[in-house]
Amino acid sequence: MSRTAVMEGSFAVAEAVKACRPEVIAAYPISPQTHIIEELSKYVADNELSSKYVRADSEFSAASIVYGSSGTGARSYTASSSQGLLLMTEVLYAMAGTRLPVVLTGVNRTVSAPITIQPDHQDTMALRDTGVIQIYVENIQEAYATHIQAFKLAEDHDILLPVMVCMDGWILTHTFEPVKIEEQELVDKFLPPFVPKYRLDPKNPLTYGSYGDDEVPEFRYMMHFAMEKAKTKIQLIAEEYKEIFGDYFGGLTEAYKCEDAEIILVAMGSVIGTIKETIDQLRSEGKKVGVLKVRTYRPFPAEEIFEIVKNAKIVAVIDKSISVGQGGQLATDIKAALINKKTPPLVYSCIAGMGGREVNINTVKYIINKSENSLITNQVPDIDYIEIKRQYLE
Amino acid sequence: MKEIRIHGRGGQGSVVTAELFGRAAFQGGKYCQSFPYLGGGGERRGAPVQAFARISDEPIRIRTKIHEPDYIIVKDITLLHIIDVAAGIKPNGMIIVNSEKSADELNFDKSLNVKTVPATKIALEILGFPIMNTALIGAFAAITREFDIEAIKKAISEKFNGEIAEKNILAAQTAYDFVNKGENIYSQKKP
Repeated sequence: MSRTAVMEGSFAVAEAVKACRPEVIAAYPISPQTHIIEELSKYVADNELSSKYVRADSEFSAASIVYGSSGTGARSYTASSSQGLLLMTEVLYAMAGTRLPVVLTGVNRTVSAPITIQPDHQDTMALRDTGVIQIYVENIQEAYATHIQAFKLAEDHDILLPVMVCMDGWILTHTFEPVKIEEQELVDKFLPPFVPKYRLDPKNPLTYGSYGDDEVPEFRYMMHFAMEKAKTKIQLIAEEYKEIFGDYFGGLTEAYKCEDAEIILVAMGSVIGTIKETIDQLRSEGKKVGVLKVRTYRPFPAEEIFEIVKNAKIVAVIDKSISVGQGGQLATDIKAALINKKTPPLVYSCIAGMGGREVNINTVKYIINKSENSLITNQVPDIDYIEIKRQYLE
Repeated sequence: MKEIRIHGRGGQGSVVTAELFGRAAFQGGKYCQSFPYLGGGGERRGAPVQAFARISDEPIRIRTKIHEPDYIIVKDITLLHIIDVAAGIKPNGMIIVNSEKSADELNFDKSLNVKTVPATKIALEILGFPIMNTALIGAFAAITREFDIEAIKKAISEKFNGEIAEKNILAAQTAYDFVNKGENIYSQKKP
C-alpha cells in the first residue's frame, strides 16, 4: 500500500530517489539542495539504501564521480543548486555527449552576483544547451513522481541522456505538505534495474569521450534526435506511471482552462499553482483566461504548445530568469515556436520572480490586466520587468 | 482555507512550529502546507523570522507568503517593538501572543482580537527550557478549534520520539487545558 504523510519536499525527493535504488550517489551540499542529499546519506548510513554514497569535495567532483559510475553501468544520482550546478556544467556536457543516463535534481536558486539563496531559474537556464533533459515541476507530489519517471526516461536505450528534475528551491524543497509515497514493490515493477547498452568493463574494453575531429556534428545530431524521441517517451512514461500509481502530472505540458481562453499565461515550476488559483478567481468573474504549464523545457515541446495556444489572442510568458542582452528564455522559445504559423497569438514577455521576488495573485492579475490592455491597443511591450523597483535603478 | 503566520526569532523553532501546525491539521483530516521564509538574515540565531501554515479542506495550490493571515502567532514580545506583527490581518483575524502579560499591557491596538498565553512559562515548567512551540499549538487548538488535542498528540508523536515526545504532548495538553479552563488567559475582544 502507498502511504500519505506530511513531509518536506526534500524528503519526498529523497524517498523517490531511494525507491529507485541508485547504486551510486555523489554530491556536495549547497542550499537549498542540502536536505535531499542529507536524507539520502542517512538512508545509506542506516542501511535503508544499499548504495555507494560519496560526499565529494566539490560539485565538479560530484558530477565527475557519477559520470564515471554511470559509465560502469551503475544507476547514478546527484543534486545541486545555483553555482554548484554551474560548477558541474563541463561534466554535464560530457555526460550528455557520452550518453550517460545520470539523474540529477536541479534545485533552483539564483546565481551570484548579487549573492542570495533565493530561488529563480537562472541556474538551470544556464544549462539548457548541455544536452541534459530538463523537467520543471509544480509541486512536491509531482517532484516525487518525476524523479521516478526520470530514471526510466534517462535509461531508455532510445534516449540515454542525463535527466534533470528542476524544482524551485525553498518553495518546494522546504515546504511540508501531504505526499503520497508509493509501495517499493510497485516502484520496482515500474523501474527495473538499469541495463546499460554499453558500459566500462575490463573484459570488453571501450573508450568514452574519445577524440573526434570530424564527428562532432553527428554526435550533436544524435543527441538532438534522442531529445526529439524523448518527447514521445516522456508522455508514454507519464501514462505508464498513471496506470501503475494513479497519478498523472502531464507529459510535456499541462493546459489548465486553455480550451476557450483568450489570454493564456505560460510559465514553469511552482508558480503554476498560484497562477491556477488566480485563473479560477478570474474565471468566476467571466474572464476567458488559462495557464499552460511547460513541464519539459528540453526537449522543447514547440508543436504541442502551438496546438494549445493557437486560438488564444495573447500569450503572456513568465520567465523567472533572463538571458542578459536578449530577454526571457522561455518567451524567446515560445516566440520561435509560433513564428512560422499563420495568425499566431501575440506574445507578451514578462520577467518576474527573479531572486525570489514573489509572484503572487496580484502579480498574476497585473500581467493579465496588461494583456487585456495589449489586446485593446494591439501593442505588446518587447519585454516587461514586472514589479521592478525603479528607485533602485537611478 | 485558514492561513497562519508565525513570528519568532531564529533558534526558537518557528519552522518546526509551522510544520507541527501542518501535521496536526493533516491528522485532523485536512490538507496543509507549512513553510519558512529563509534569507534576509532569517537563518541567523536571534534574527526576526517568519514561518507560515495553511489549513484547508481542499488541496492547496497557492505558493506565496501569507500576507492576509487568519491567525498570527507571536512567540516573542520583543518583536512587537520592531515588527508590525498585525500587518494584513483579516477583519476577523486573531493574534495569539506568547506572554504572561495581558493584551492591554502589551499596548495592542484596541481594534485587534488578541489573546495571550503564557507558553514559555508552561514550557519551562514541563520541558525545563523555553521552547514553547508545542504549548502554543495546544493553546491555538483550544482557542480556535481548527484541530483537536488528539491531532496534536499524533503530530508530536510523528515528529519526536520517547521522552521528548511525551513532554511535548504534556506541554500541549497543559496549554490546551489552561485555555479551556480560562485560567490565566487574557483576551482582548473587539469592542
